[in-house]
Amino acid sequence: MNILEIRHMKKQFDGLHVLKDISLTVKEGEVLSIIGPSGSGKSTILRCAAMLEKMDGGDLIYMGEYAAKDENGKSVYASKNELKKFGHYFGLVFQNFNLFPHYSVLKNIMDAPISVDKVSKEEAMERAEKLLLQLGLSDKRDAYPYQLSGGQQQRVSIARALARQPKILFFDEPTSALDPMLTAEVLKVIKELAKEKMTMIIVTHEMEFARELSDRIIFMEEGTIQQEGTPEEIFASDNPRIRDFIGKFRS
Amino acid sequence: MEFTTILQQLGDGMIKTIGIFVWTLVLSLPLGLFIAFGRMAKNRFIAVIFKIYISIMRGTPLMLQLLVVYFGPYYLFGIQLPKGYRFIAIIIGFVLNYAAYFAEIYRSGIESMPVGQYEAAKVLGYSKTQTFMKIILPQVMKRILPAVTNEVITLVKDTSLAFSLAYMEMFTIAKQIAAAQTTMMPFVAAAIFYYVFNLVVATAMERIEKCLSYYR
Repeated sequence: MNILEIRHMKKQFDGLHVLKDISLTVKEGEVLSIIGPSGSGKSTILRCAAMLEKMDGGDLIYMGEYAAKDENGKSVYASKNELKKFGHYFGLVFQNFNLFPHYSVLKNIMDAPISVDKVSKEEAMERAEKLLLQLGLSDKRDAYPYQLSGGQQQRVSIARALARQPKILFFDEPTSALDPMLTAEVLKVIKELAKEKMTMIIVTHEMEFARELSDRIIFMEEGTIQQEGTPEEIFASDNPRIRDFIGKFRS
Repeated sequence: MEFTTILQQLGDGMIKTIGIFVWTLVLSLPLGLFIAFGRMAKNRFIAVIFKIYISIMRGTPLMLQLLVVYFGPYYLFGIQLPKGYRFIAIIIGFVLNYAAYFAEIYRSGIESMPVGQYEAAKVLGYSKTQTFMKIILPQVMKRILPAVTNEVITLVKDTSLAFSLAYMEMFTIAKQIAAAQTTMMPFVAAAIFYYVFNLVVATAMERIEKCLSYYR
C-alpha cells in the first residue's frame, strides 16, 4: 500500500523554482533516502509533505486520500477540518530538534497525544514510557531539553514524533547539527526503526548510512530528481554529477 | 509634627497609591497583549492603527494623558461626569498608557521566538490557540520578565502623577502636609514608601524569575 504519493509537486519562493515537478511514492515499510547538494530542494519536499509549506502545483496523497489535488496546474488543499486527519499520518524530525524547552522530556512526548489526539493520560504515559525505553532515554524522563546532549535531544524529538503513531516519519537532516559520536547514536535509533519496518523518508548527507538502510535512494539537484533507484544503482551510477557528489563524501 | 503622625496621615494615601498600582497592572497586562496582537495583525490597516496608538501613548506625557481623560469628556463633549470619575479617569489614563508599553514588550518577546517552535507545534497537530497558549506564551513570559519588571517599577513611581488630578493618593497628601507644615519630613516618608514598595516589587519579580529558571 502506498503511504505517501507525491505527483508533480512544484514549489517556488519569490520566482525561484525550488521544486520542479517532483513525483515519488513510498510504500508501507519502505525507507526512502533523499540525497543531493545543499539547496537542491530536499528539505522543501519534506516541508511540503508535512504541510509546513504549501506547494504551488501537484498532488499530495496520503493513504490514497488527497490532501491536495492539482487542478489546472494549481494545488487545491482539502478543507482545514479534513487536513487535521492528515496530520495523524506523518511525523517530522527536524535538523535542530525544536523540542519545547519548558516541557520535561516526558511532557514533550506525552503532550501532543493528550491535547491534540485526545488520548487518555494513562495511554499516553504508556506510549511514552515504551518509547523512552526503546530509545534508551528512560533515565531522562524528568530532565529538561537543555540538560541533554544533542543526540539525546534528537532521540527525544524522534520519540515525540512517534508518540502520535504516524504512518510515516520524515527526517530532515536529523544528524546535521551533531558531532560524529552523537550522529552514530541517532543513526542507530533510525536503523532500529527501519528494522521494525517503520516507513520513513530521510533527507541526509550520511552516504554510507543511506546506502545501508534505504530501499531506494533519490538523488536531487536543482529542484529535480536526477535519479531514483536502489542503493546499488545509485552508488554505481554513471551519472557524473552523482559520482562526483558521492565521491566527495567518501573521500 | 511627629514623624509617626505624618505616617498616619499618609497611610490612607498609601492604600490609594497601591490601588492605582494594582488596578493598572491587572488591566494593562491583558490589554497590552491584545494591543500587541493588533500591532502584529496581518491586516495592514489594523496594524497601522495600533502602531499610531502606541506611538501617541509613548510620545506624549502621561500627565497630559491623565488631564485629557479627566477633562476631555466635559471640555470636548459637554458630558457631565459623576463624582467618582476622578479615580476612574486615573485608572483609564494609566491603563491606556501602560498597555502601550507592555504591548511593545510582548511584541519583542513574541517576535524573538524561534520559528521552529511554531513549526514543531504545527506538525504535532496543535491548533493555533493551543500553540500560543501552551508553547509560545509561557516562553515569552520568561523572556520578557526583566523588561516587565522595569515597567512595573516605573509604574510604582508614576502613581504620584495622579496628584495632577488632585487625587488623594500618598504623594498628593505628602505635598499638602509639606506645604502646610513647612517641613521636609513628608517627602522623606514618601521616598521611603516608594523605595520599600519597589523593593517588594523587585523581590517578587526576582522570585518569579527564579520559578521560571527551571528551563533554558
